[in-house]
Amino acid sequence: MVGIVSYGSYIPSYRLPRDVIAKEWDGPSLGGERALASFDEDSLTLAMNASIDALGDRNPKAVAGIFFASTTSPYREKQAAATVATVLDTGKELRTMDFSDSLRAGTSALLTALDLAKAGELLLVCAGDARMGEPDTLQEQNYGDAGGALVIGSENVIAELVGTHTVSQEFLGTWRTEEQDYLKSFPGGFENKFGYNRFIAETVQGLLQKCHLEAKDIANAAIAAPSQKALRGALRGLGFDMKSQVQETFWNTVGDAGTAQPLVLLAAVLERAQPGDLILVAGYGDGGDAALFRATDGIASFQVARSVYSQIEVKRTLQSYGKYARFRKLIRKDYATEDESTPVVLLRDQKQILPLYGGKCPACGVIQFPIHRICTECGHRDGLEEIKLSRRGTLFTFTNDYLTETPDPPTTHAVVDLEGGGRVFVQLTDCEAERVEIGMPLELTFRKYHEGYGIKNYFWKARPAE
Amino acid sequence: MNIRDKVAVIGAGCSKFGENYDKSAEDMIVEAAHDAYTDARIDPSQIQAAWVGTLSSASAGNALADPLKLFNIPITRVENYCASGMDAFRNACMAVASGMYDVVLALGFEKLRDSGQRGLGTFGDHPVVGYGTTAPSLFAMAANRYFETYGIDKTALAKVAIKNHHNGTMSPKAHFRMEVSEDQVVNAPLICSPLGLLDCCPTTDGAAAVIICKEELARSFRADPVKVKGVGLSVTSGEPYMKPSFAYTGFPATAQAAQSAYEQAGMTAKDIDLVECHDCFTITEILNYEDLGLCEKGEGWRYVAEGRANIDGGAVPVNPSGGLKSFGHPIGATGIRMIYEVSQHLWGKAGDRQVKDAEVGLAHNLGGPGSVGCVTILANS
Repeated sequence: MVGIVSYGSYIPSYRLPRDVIAKEWDGPSLGGERALASFDEDSLTLAMNASIDALGDRNPKAVAGIFFASTTSPYREKQAAATVATVLDTGKELRTMDFSDSLRAGTSALLTALDLAKAGELLLVCAGDARMGEPDTLQEQNYGDAGGALVIGSENVIAELVGTHTVSQEFLGTWRTEEQDYLKSFPGGFENKFGYNRFIAETVQGLLQKCHLEAKDIANAAIAAPSQKALRGALRGLGFDMKSQVQETFWNTVGDAGTAQPLVLLAAVLERAQPGDLILVAGYGDGGDAALFRATDGIASFQVARSVYSQIEVKRTLQSYGKYARFRKLIRKDYATEDESTPVVLLRDQKQILPLYGGKCPACGVIQFPIHRICTECGHRDGLEEIKLSRRGTLFTFTNDYLTETPDPPTTHAVVDLEGGGRVFVQLTDCEAERVEIGMPLELTFRKYHEGYGIKNYFWKARPAE
Repeated sequence: MNIRDKVAVIGAGCSKFGENYDKSAEDMIVEAAHDAYTDARIDPSQIQAAWVGTLSSASAGNALADPLKLFNIPITRVENYCASGMDAFRNACMAVASGMYDVVLALGFEKLRDSGQRGLGTFGDHPVVGYGTTAPSLFAMAANRYFETYGIDKTALAKVAIKNHHNGTMSPKAHFRMEVSEDQVVNAPLICSPLGLLDCCPTTDGAAAVIICKEELARSFRADPVKVKGVGLSVTSGEPYMKPSFAYTGFPATAQAAQSAYEQAGMTAKDIDLVECHDCFTITEILNYEDLGLCEKGEGWRYVAEGRANIDGGAVPVNPSGGLKSFGHPIGATGIRMIYEVSQHLWGKAGDRQVKDAEVGLAHNLGGPGSVGCVTILANS
């Protein structure tokens, strides 16, 4: 039985009210708010943090493949899936692949993983997107940032695969070339009328026919959509009851999260699914992908690490367009500190930086970070044992630093004592300066520290534990 | 080997400290060195070797050779974070004590204001570990830990700023010569919580120099040489925030350097008449009281709150010069400036800020994240 073994989602804590964008340009507001990746987040970290939750306590070495999907991968050439695998500590013998260049890449990665799972493999599919609408356009208000992840396998599935269907169709509705900084959409109703509505209808109907089912049989459908309104248009006449059978798109709270959107919607559906529910997921872009699952008895006892709904509720509202512009490099600032990024150190210290290994002294037992050659406590000289550090801990001491240059001051430096041993010195994120206090419980979250020399420097930060 | 009474300070000089936009490093080095030559009544040709301390304003012995035209003698550049100055002095002392040289120069300087750098930038060169750390952030984390441990708040820190700024008004060469109120200190803009602007020493240009010689020769230069009684240096972890056992309520490097200096001098904190210590931030001075043994652990904040650190406070006065806080902190210059200051008191030449009947003085220089401690004990007999 092939299907979904586990899932995770990640909604960044910042929300940018659409009124803030509209006010900046003295234009109309679409209302509601969009989720916003902070300056230390990008499509990779969004997908990464969802993946960490999805994988949970499962043995990372058992993962045979990791697929990363995005239209805004941090590098034009350089795989993101390999970074995800390294952080998850899967080991090297697995298949990593990036699915990109289409809004449908998230569901395409999922369908590919489902096919491979039939051979008995355990796979992780993740997607993250932080798409850029041109300033002073409605797309700028419409897009939102999020990440989603699914573990696909053939054992202990919480939703078994019933069928899949794909339609591939050449179509130019929304696009971005190598030279363009922002997505371009053909103005007016052209894309919805001749693209989105048609492809979603064809894909969904095609899947139902293949499975000999009707719309009324579906308990809940997670269907990607640029807006709630567009979704209503696409499903008109297909026999779905929008209220009871179709997952709302979180357009009002998150926005259109691109390749990650169908995975996030599916996570929201799975959070509330009952055994036996038929669950449909569909993605749009250059045609459409759809898959149908039946929730198993396993879903009743499944505990999700972080629910979509709870993440939508826990938020920080950003009232500043300027900060958003700084986060997204619409306004650039030259920092006085020279950035000397180097891939050499990132490779040499990879095991410490990405999967967060520390050292344990075989003589005195003290767990320490980084992995010293000689024990920092007892001076034992013959090397430390590599040990994976916990990603939860408490704040030993801190400071809110207004001197360090950052798009989102202050920088909170944190000395964190990790559960089970080890002390790390990291930055605190997703936390207002006045909330920080010694002793607060923290969890580590994977973030981007800085960029220089065209290199993205990823590492762990801490944030308040839920 | 013990350095006690083997080496003497026979001259000390100091440039005006401050935002010296109108002066180059060369100007300040010449000013400090000539001040010291005059004080020691020597001709530059008598200098047999020299040590120069600077964090980042220059490299190599040429930092001194070129401005002073001090050619054809051995000159060594010393860098040991913010303790570079006193470590240059320490190396000079050891060279004289070894018998290798009779008369040498130790000079420290830093030219910080020629760049637009805000304070001391980040140090460390790892792409992510410790990324974005600033000098104040490392001491601010100690302050928050000290507050948590002893249940006090930032008004305790303000007492250090008030005292040192007051003392600075009596130091003609100080960067700042102005009083500050508790209200001003506590409400100053935050730099690294809980440290506000007035909890931090300024970014300063300056140079300081001392001439030292073999003790037996000292009286041929002046009747009242200052004797070096002990010099201690200790280097602990430069990543204390990573060390699981680090309490962050004191700096072992200071305590160890002090212990070494006290042992060499055959003295304890009770024998000291004045202290010039490394108050890069107000919290640092409070921790220094404890680490130098002026008071018990956890009592540092009381030591200043009760006025005991004042020039006439009835205990050991701390930073009569105004300290780094008010006199300024041109990194490499500071450790030598402290030797200069203590010597002024031992010579009875400290003017309005003179510590009465001062016979023994202690100078303490601290570098890095509290990882490099250097302590010197000087006496006039």
